[in-house]
Amino acid sequence: MAVEKRVVFRSRWLPWLLLAPQGVVIAVFFFWPAGQALLQSLQQSDAFGGSVSWVGLDNFRALWSDPVYLASFKTTVIFSVLVVVLGMSLSLLLAVFADRVVRGSSLYKTLLIWPYAVPPAIAGVLWLFMFSPSVGIVSYWLHALGIPWNSLLDSTDAMALIVIAAVWQQISYNFLFFLAGLASIPKSLIEAAAIDGARPWRRFWTIQLPLLSPTVFFLISINAVYAFLETFPIVDAATQGGPGTSTSIMVYKLVYDFKALDLNNSAAQSVVLMLILVAVTIVQFKYVENKVHY
Amino acid sequence: MKLKLQLTAAAFALACALPMQAQAQAPIQIQWWHSMSGPLGEWVTDLAKGFNESQKEYEVVPTYKGSYDDSMAAGIAAYRAGNAPNIMQVFEVGTATMMASKGAIVPVWKIMQEGGQKFDVKSYIPAVASYYTASNGQMLSLPFNSSTTVFFYNKDAFKAAGLDPDKAPLTWEEVKADAIKLKASGSKCPLTTSWESWTQLESFSAWHNVPFASHNNGFGGTAARLEFNGPLQVRHIQDLANMEKEGLFVYKGRGNVPDAAFISGDCAMSMGSSSTYGQLKNVAKFAFALSPLPYYADVKGAPQNTIIGGASLWAMAGKPAAQNKGVAAFFAYLSSPEVQAASHQRTGYLPITTAAYELTEKSGYYQKNPGTDVAVNQMVRKTTDKSRGIRLGNYLQIRAIINEELEQVWSGKKTAKQALDTAVERGNVLLARFQQANKG
Repeated sequence: MAVEKRVVFRSRWLPWLLLAPQGVVIAVFFFWPAGQALLQSLQQSDAFGGSVSWVGLDNFRALWSDPVYLASFKTTVIFSVLVVVLGMSLSLLLAVFADRVVRGSSLYKTLLIWPYAVPPAIAGVLWLFMFSPSVGIVSYWLHALGIPWNSLLDSTDAMALIVIAAVWQQISYNFLFFLAGLASIPKSLIEAAAIDGARPWRRFWTIQLPLLSPTVFFLISINAVYAFLETFPIVDAATQGGPGTSTSIMVYKLVYDFKALDLNNSAAQSVVLMLILVAVTIVQFKYVENKVHY
Repeated sequence: MKLKLQLTAAAFALACALPMQAQAQAPIQIQWWHSMSGPLGEWVTDLAKGFNESQKEYEVVPTYKGSYDDSMAAGIAAYRAGNAPNIMQVFEVGTATMMASKGAIVPVWKIMQEGGQKFDVKSYIPAVASYYTASNGQMLSLPFNSSTTVFFYNKDAFKAAGLDPDKAPLTWEEVKADAIKLKASGSKCPLTTSWESWTQLESFSAWHNVPFASHNNGFGGTAARLEFNGPLQVRHIQDLANMEKEGLFVYKGRGNVPDAAFISGDCAMSMGSSSTYGQLKNVAKFAFALSPLPYYADVKGAPQNTIIGGASLWAMAGKPAAQNKGVAAFFAYLSSPEVQAASHQRTGYLPITTAAYELTEKSGYYQKNPGTDVAVNQMVRKTTDKSRGIRLGNYLQIRAIINEELEQVWSGKKTAKQALDTAVERGNVLLARFQQANKG
């Protein structure tokens, strides 16, 4: 029977008072804009707000009858799955290696954490300059090797470019958490398994990974949100949704339409995206959390 | 200790009194939000300084607010919060949005009239001013930095291919012939283009006097719908697609990204904005020349005139009358021939008034800087209903759609007809939405 440590407040209003500042921040920076987006998605107005009219679900109907918007669902899913899976497996691999290193470990850790300090927009421009078919140095080498790299006209190349840029950014974040998670696994367990004759690969699968499951679960949520929402600057800098609409993920289209001052349409898109993410998170908590060993 | 206290008190009292002196004669501030950075930003600052030093009543304060779309969004947000600037620089694709706004802007003719400034619409170059003029002939915004589409070519590459470097290809047939020769001499990119929507469809349509959209390209109202999938435009895009298959035309990206390919010498011929001239002059390591946009010799009425790009200045409504007078005074200053001619020569942007053009011509500027008059020559003609310009709502998104569909052509996934038909269809949905949002 676990003994729970609980903090009991004797006063009735003190807890609310202490929570109030955070509550205000959430109300102002989340609920208010979200409510406004919801409201605007049900209206039709000009950019200056001069003539506003109520149109109900017309904006959503317009989205549903746009084949390009529906195609962007598929593009977003493919992109997000690639980013989450690649991002987490690569950083897990690096974390396991970094965990075993004894000499120079802080150097490796610093170098691997460094990319996180780069803002996504800069990351997008960075990778664009390396891989741009006209002026990129890496694309120059690829052409010299005979590989016809052209992210301007080849959809697969363009998708590869944004996936690489997005994953590169997130590796540092995931790496940090995995490293901490690995460090919290008692060394005695691993040593015991080693004494019993288990090889490193088996030790990883049967001991380390299950004990890392809280971290994995947490990171899947964070990476999904990142892939869905925070990758706009990368797509904007690197491919602008091209060629055609093959890298036009939902958040890119949404922000582009907002900047083009099509406010009601982009509000509707943001409501749809929010609902999708809420659904994804609910599914995760309901089904995946069962498998987590705390 | 007591002395220190007394001195501090005296200093404090003095500090309080001084601002009172300065307040007495403060000029009225005019807030100007713009999107010009780098050397162009210095040009803007110098314009404001010139005006401020020429009189004592008003002070124009220019503020850089980011790129065109960022500053337009900022201006609109500020307006909604009741905090708009006096003058906003808005790019040409935002014209329809600004015009359709109810009561958010004060038309230029009105602000000049109320400010007691002389204002003669006929003194402005027709193709430049007509873009920003309502169908009743009244000018709504002041053209500020207008460029147009031109053709660039690398003279050194021409020489190496055995072509006459002083003979620019004037028709599309000549362009294709020159491209074949350039490719034969080893060029990996004989022809490219930047701003493909503007150069290959919008300006192309006006240059050949064919409609880009109905209702006079949108000047006739928000019921306009796209028509750039006409036979001539389909023929042209299919020609480019065929040239691409033969390696004569290479797609180098959206917007002005392909300019880098020309400036670096990779591509021998390109089309783009006349405002790239300044950059080319400073950076290009080869001899280059500007020439008018190519046309199809068998099309009657070609060449007509090209469509401008760039931005104009809008006066925002809801400001005190004293500030509006200052805005009018500043607009009059900007339109004076000397200021206009100096701006034109400094930046490569088009002169807005005929007087400025004539002043520049008289000074021999065009002789000393060959190629700088190409842009102007394309614009000083009279315009027709189909070539005045384009005024369509949600135009930034329509350009994105055109980019997306053209990329399908360049990557071989669609024919020119399929792509242009789809682009028209998708764009019309946006125009219908704009019409609905801006009625009543």
